[in-house]
Amino acid sequence: MSEWFEMVVWGCLVINCLSILFLLYRAIAGPSNPDRAVALDTIGINLIAITGIIAIILDSIHLNDVILLIGILTFIATVAIAKFLEKGDIIERDRD
Amino acid sequence: MLHYYILAPFLAAAIFPFIYSDSRRLHAGWFVLPVPVVLFIILLQKLSVLISGDTIMQTVRWIPSLDVNLDFYLDGLSMLFVLLITGIGSLVVFYSIYYLDRTEQLKQFYVYLLLFMGSMLGVVLSDNVFVLYTFWEFTSISSFLLIGFWYKRKRSAYGAQKSMLITVMGGLSLLAGLIILTNITDTTSIRGMIAAQEDILNSGLFIPALLLVMTGAFTKSAQFPFHTWLPDAMEAPTPVSAYLHSATMVKAGLYLTARFSLIFSGTDAFFLLVTGIGLITLCAGSFLAVKQTDLKGVLAYSTISQLGMIMAMLGFGTGGAVLAAIFHIFNHATFKGSLFMVAGIVDHETGTRDIRRLGGLMSLMPVSATLAFIAAFSMAGVPLPILNGFLSKEMFFTASLKISQTTSLASAFADFVPFLAVFGSIFTFVYSMYLVFGTFSGKGNVKDLPKKPHEAPKGMLAAPAILVILVIIIGLMPNLISGSLLAPATEAVTGEKALVHLKFWHGVNIPLYMSLAVVIAGTLLFITLKKWQPLYGRIPSYASADRFYNGLLSVLTNGSKQLTNGYMTGSLRLYTMIILAFLTGAAGWFLWRTGGFAFSTSDLAPVTIPELIIGAVMLIAAIASVFMTHRIAAILVVGVVGYGLSLLFVFFRAPDLALTQLVVETITVGLFLLCFKHLPKLWPLNKTAGEKFFDLIVSLSTGTILTLIAISAHSSKWFDTISHYFVETSYTLGGGKNIVNVILVDMRGLDTLFEITVLGLAAIGIYIMIKLRTKGD
Repeated sequence: MSEWFEMVVWGCLVINCLSILFLLYRAIAGPSNPDRAVALDTIGINLIAITGIIAIILDSIHLNDVILLIGILTFIATVAIAKFLEKGDIIERDRD
Repeated sequence: MLHYYILAPFLAAAIFPFIYSDSRRLHAGWFVLPVPVVLFIILLQKLSVLISGDTIMQTVRWIPSLDVNLDFYLDGLSMLFVLLITGIGSLVVFYSIYYLDRTEQLKQFYVYLLLFMGSMLGVVLSDNVFVLYTFWEFTSISSFLLIGFWYKRKRSAYGAQKSMLITVMGGLSLLAGLIILTNITDTTSIRGMIAAQEDILNSGLFIPALLLVMTGAFTKSAQFPFHTWLPDAMEAPTPVSAYLHSATMVKAGLYLTARFSLIFSGTDAFFLLVTGIGLITLCAGSFLAVKQTDLKGVLAYSTISQLGMIMAMLGFGTGGAVLAAIFHIFNHATFKGSLFMVAGIVDHETGTRDIRRLGGLMSLMPVSATLAFIAAFSMAGVPLPILNGFLSKEMFFTASLKISQTTSLASAFADFVPFLAVFGSIFTFVYSMYLVFGTFSGKGNVKDLPKKPHEAPKGMLAAPAILVILVIIIGLMPNLISGSLLAPATEAVTGEKALVHLKFWHGVNIPLYMSLAVVIAGTLLFITLKKWQPLYGRIPSYASADRFYNGLLSVLTNGSKQLTNGYMTGSLRLYTMIILAFLTGAAGWFLWRTGGFAFSTSDLAPVTIPELIIGAVMLIAAIASVFMTHRIAAILVVGVVGYGLSLLFVFFRAPDLALTQLVVETITVGLFLLCFKHLPKLWPLNKTAGEKFFDLIVSLSTGTILTLIAISAHSSKWFDTISHYFVETSYTLGGGKNIVNVILVDMRGLDTLFEITVLGLAAIGIYIMIKLRTKGD
């Protein structure tokens, strides 16, 4: 890796981490639960980014599974939270 | 052979219920009667062995590894007691045949009685201290059963419980004393301990051992201040009172004192304890006996005081005093047994035992009255040549004048002893007279009695009559038993050959004056009884041992109740707090004491800025989650901590952990959301500032201690890690490149198996909780 490339990579990593820190402010401060849900979802996306950057730093392919999984899970979690906020329930009973 | 004698009552108790139910025509007692009679006759024949100076020793192995064997030993002292147990046992069984109605639960009664008889024989014949203790507790239990024979009566249950608690307390203290003695002497045999007396006297544990053993003896023999169970034990059927609580069981403590006196006697402590307690018991018991209005109550306190007198004599430490004690043990069994039986007859024929309601029965029940008068005069020590009680009382006075003054304390106290002896005897005289004259003489209001009194059947009178005849025979010819029974017994207690010759007339000497003084003062006091008896009402009630016992019992039960209610509040918060506080305190104290805290910076990895930021994010989120006021908000903020953790796993190159952590975190959030539908909104916990502060202290200290432990654990590595083994062999042995997975399923597969089991159980548990819940929950 060239020196410039490495600087950029570390810079991105720090920026992403700071972004999580700011998102944390939103997650804690609220003011409403949808705000927090979106903050958590975005934290998930930042996780994807950070994991990817770390994979580059470590020069490893073993974290690729993690990236995909975070993508799926944050989606599922966000949908679940959204459904809960909307309907007050996640799994509805059959009504037949 | 000795083993069979002890086994016989137990065997009879086991077989008897089966035999009895087959033939109900005869009273159950007839089936039981042969056991003590045959034992008595057999044991009487052994007397020749003892007279010739021999003893009988027999052993059966029981627990040889612990040196606990069924060693039984028959010497003069044991002989006296086995004859009392079987002899009076026969009479009591005979008496009970007439006393107890066929409608009573006779099966239980005789089974308990036989159990008691066997265990009492075991107590007096055992040479092994732990076997002795075993039988000792057997007597407590069978006595408990017999006192509570009429278990539907409240007083019976109370008396049984009281005697059980007090005697078992003493029994446990005896066990502790015996264990100390066994440790000092390295033997479990009483005779071995006597041989090793020097070791015991020189040991630092001598005083504790003495106190513990004597506490056992005092509780069993109803000595002050443990006497309080005996009057309440009078709720038992009268044959039981006559047998257990006058002739046999209450003398087990005297037996123990006599048996161990070769070990303990000659010391200040033994003299002070035994004589002191004995004299206090003698005076207090005889003084309080006059206060009683119940026939059996008088007899109970009288038993207490007579036992105190014997106990005091055992403490005097001279051969003459021991002889007097042994003689009085025998005499007391005869006259007290007969008095109890007469009291039972009076109760049986009139329906009451209250002396205030009784009176003037002499003409209606002449035989009972005669028996009672002779026995009571004997108890009072009236100087008549036909009463054995007078002889032993005279010997008591003689002994009290000649206390062994080998120790300094004994000589200091010796001058007081005769006065106390006379004081106790005066009241003995008063209550004896009060007992018989109050019941049998005077006018009496016969019509007011619950039953129309008449003379008891001959069978009922036979047993007390035999005992009273014994009183007279021993009174007339004391040397009939002196050489055969008393001499070997005295020899067993003092360890020296005893020359015993009893005679009625010693000439005019100080003991005779003391006896006369007792009679004169006693008569005067008895005549003026009505005038000074109200004084008893002035005795403050808080001074009674009974009140102390009840108070202690309620303090103990209420205290433990309050203690338990104090911390078992049902509040999980409190329990968690206690657990955490204890954990923190114990771990902190232990680490501090052992110097376990260590802090080393030699082995630290470099920290990058992203890691620091993520750490800060998790820290802030964790702290913030505590202050969330909404459930969803709280779970979302906790979710940030979970995601941060998975990111740390990524930083630290653990992709498998990161994967698992992500999935679990997401599922947990989902599960929480599932539950939230059924939960109310978070409500503010109305805690005071003090509670909050305490919570903060506990949580901060728990966190601190865990952090310190983690740092210390990292800073003090005692061994190299074994991970390089997994790195090297995961592919060659496990066939996989993912070391974590190889460890999970190959190297440490068993853990995985059980974690799978845990998950399965959790799933089944959840299913059961949801499906099988009862309606309305």
